[in-house]
Amino acid sequence: MTPVDSPAGIRFENIEKRYGGLYALRRVSLEIAAGECVVLAGRNGSGKTTLLRIAAGLVRPSSGSVTFLDSGKGPMQGAPKVGFVGHATMVYDELTAEENLVLFARLLGIAEPADRAGILLAEVGLDDRRSSLVRTFSRGMRQRMAIARALLNQPEVLLLDEPATGLDPQGVSWLAETLRRMRDAGHTIVMSLHGKSEISSLATRAVRLEAGSVMADTRTGGSLSSILTFVGA
Amino acid sequence: MKKHALASAVVFLLLGAAAYGSLFVAPTEKTMGTIQRIFYLHVSSAWTGLTAFFICFIGNLMYVWRREPRWDWVGICAAEVGLVFTTVVLVTGPIWAHPVWGIWWTWDARLTSTFVLWLLYVAYLLLRTLIEEPDRRALFSALFGIFAFIDVPLVFGSIRWWRTQHPQPVVMGGSGSGLEPTMWYVLLFSWGAMLSLMALLMRARYDFEAVRGEMELVRREAEGL
Amino acid sequence: MLSNTTALLGKELRTEFRSRELLTTTVVFILVIVVLFSFTFDPTSAESRRFAGSLLWLAFLFAASLMLQPCFLREQNNDTLSALRLSVADPFAIFVAKLAANTLFLLLTEVLMLPVFSILFNVPVFPVFGQLVVVLFLGSLGVSIAGTALSAISAQARMRELLLPLLLLPLLTPVLVASTYVTIGLLDRAPYMEWKGIGFLATFDVVFLTALWLFGEYLLEE
Repeated sequence: MTPVDSPAGIRFENIEKRYGGLYALRRVSLEIAAGECVVLAGRNGSGKTTLLRIAAGLVRPSSGSVTFLDSGKGPMQGAPKVGFVGHATMVYDELTAEENLVLFARLLGIAEPADRAGILLAEVGLDDRRSSLVRTFSRGMRQRMAIARALLNQPEVLLLDEPATGLDPQGVSWLAETLRRMRDAGHTIVMSLHGKSEISSLATRAVRLEAGSVMADTRTGGSLSSILTFVGA
Repeated sequence: MKKHALASAVVFLLLGAAAYGSLFVAPTEKTMGTIQRIFYLHVSSAWTGLTAFFICFIGNLMYVWRREPRWDWVGICAAEVGLVFTTVVLVTGPIWAHPVWGIWWTWDARLTSTFVLWLLYVAYLLLRTLIEEPDRRALFSALFGIFAFIDVPLVFGSIRWWRTQHPQPVVMGGSGSGLEPTMWYVLLFSWGAMLSLMALLMRARYDFEAVRGEMELVRREAEGL
Repeated sequence: MLSNTTALLGKELRTEFRSRELLTTTVVFILVIVVLFSFTFDPTSAESRRFAGSLLWLAFLFAASLMLQPCFLREQNNDTLSALRLSVADPFAIFVAKLAANTLFLLLTEVLMLPVFSILFNVPVFPVFGQLVVVLFLGSLGVSIAGTALSAISAQARMRELLLPLLLLPLLTPVLVASTYVTIGLLDRAPYMEWKGIGFLATFDVVFLTALWLFGEYLLEE
């Protein structure tokens, strides 16, 4: 994997998100430096998904701001390329694997959409099923499609919400290997995970959210393992 | 509270004066007779209804722009009060039409347009009941409100050009349908009185909505914990 | 913007022509309405010419309010709407592609139904076929613009199947009135083209397209 051209970090400042009266996030301030691999830990409903969707620009925070940083920690010129893997697969069941990737590559303005789609299909191991409708795929294969779609634009920032969902042990190893290569190439990775796994061992930092607030952060104290296992418990 | 009572008193005085004006001050219309006096209630309600929908539109635009709950409250208050006034129009229309034309409902351009308008804002209120999450409800109903209001001139235009089945309108129907000056004064005064009633109703409804919004917030927070 | 729109339009057409679900159900639905209507008045009478235009447009409008239903709901299944929002530079492209596809589907079903209609109600449509297609196009475009916007709204609510027709049909009053009027003119014994109606339909289309361009991105918020 080639090193990233313009590494990007993320700064969350006093992010609040209310759904009606319900707080999903309460004054979350968090700075993630370019090239970090951060695991967001926390129970269901602690705000991990909302934080990731806000970072991706899908959800508008009720107040506060998100800034992307360059490697010198100053605000970035323009927006970095962001890849996002959510709970849903975010690809069309009625299209084939290849059609999906070509479509999104075209929408992203990638120069050779078909070539790029081909490379990714090979990378996620779906080369032999490229002409099958996604509808016919197993859960694990769909998750591979979801990851392939997120990687189309060679994102500097990769946001993953429970990326191991639906993957078999083999798939988890594959994902861990892919993410390790990306981390080593300088991509910034922020992902939510449940408990310890092959994937969480990639983390350079862990942050625990509870009821919408940052409760623990390895940067301010505590070990990776304690923050990750707390949630697993 | 005192201020509120005073405002209410003023509004009712104005309404009383408007009623007096339309019943005793305005001259009796030659062909239609006394029944024509309902005109002052009918037309001033129609104008007030439109004013309320315009305020709703402003509230909707402001909400989409600023995302502050108070603009959402403005939207709902204005829509409800506007509906009350258009309902008055739809009820007084047939009461006026029956003795004059011998039928209850005429598919007259403005009455029909008002009916469509009424349906649009009923749909707006209905939409609000069907979205649970307050921010989402506010945003999507505001967007519908904007589309609905943009539609109003088109509805009026289309119906006026192609569906009207009755003689020249009484007011604003071109040069041939001049109103006597006294009739104009009474009409404008009635409209003013109706506007003050609208303001009073909207104010009360707004305060109520603000309290309700706070309560919903507290309730959701309590349920969430 | 343009390349995004064509890519998305390609996707809409490909998924529809692969299953043809929307097109077949809409055609059958219109057929059912037209046949049921024919029982409610005497289709052979001279009056039927006047009814024909209204009936045609009512059937199309009801069909459209059902056909537009899945427009944004489909994008919720796998959260593909988020994928689109992340990939597309200008969200207006999403709307343009969808409303172009919807206009095309509507127009296709309408043109398919015209001969059937002509036979059942004994109104000659072929001498004025070209003009009819113009009205059908402008009318369907208006229906699709407003319908695509509102289907993004109704997709957010409960009871959405009932809600969309309820929101959409009153909003489409101007389209119904103008299109019906022009169509009645064309189906008259001495056919004439009501240009004022055509201009009005075009105005409706432009006004709502502008509104969609201004407010479209908010319709996609979650």
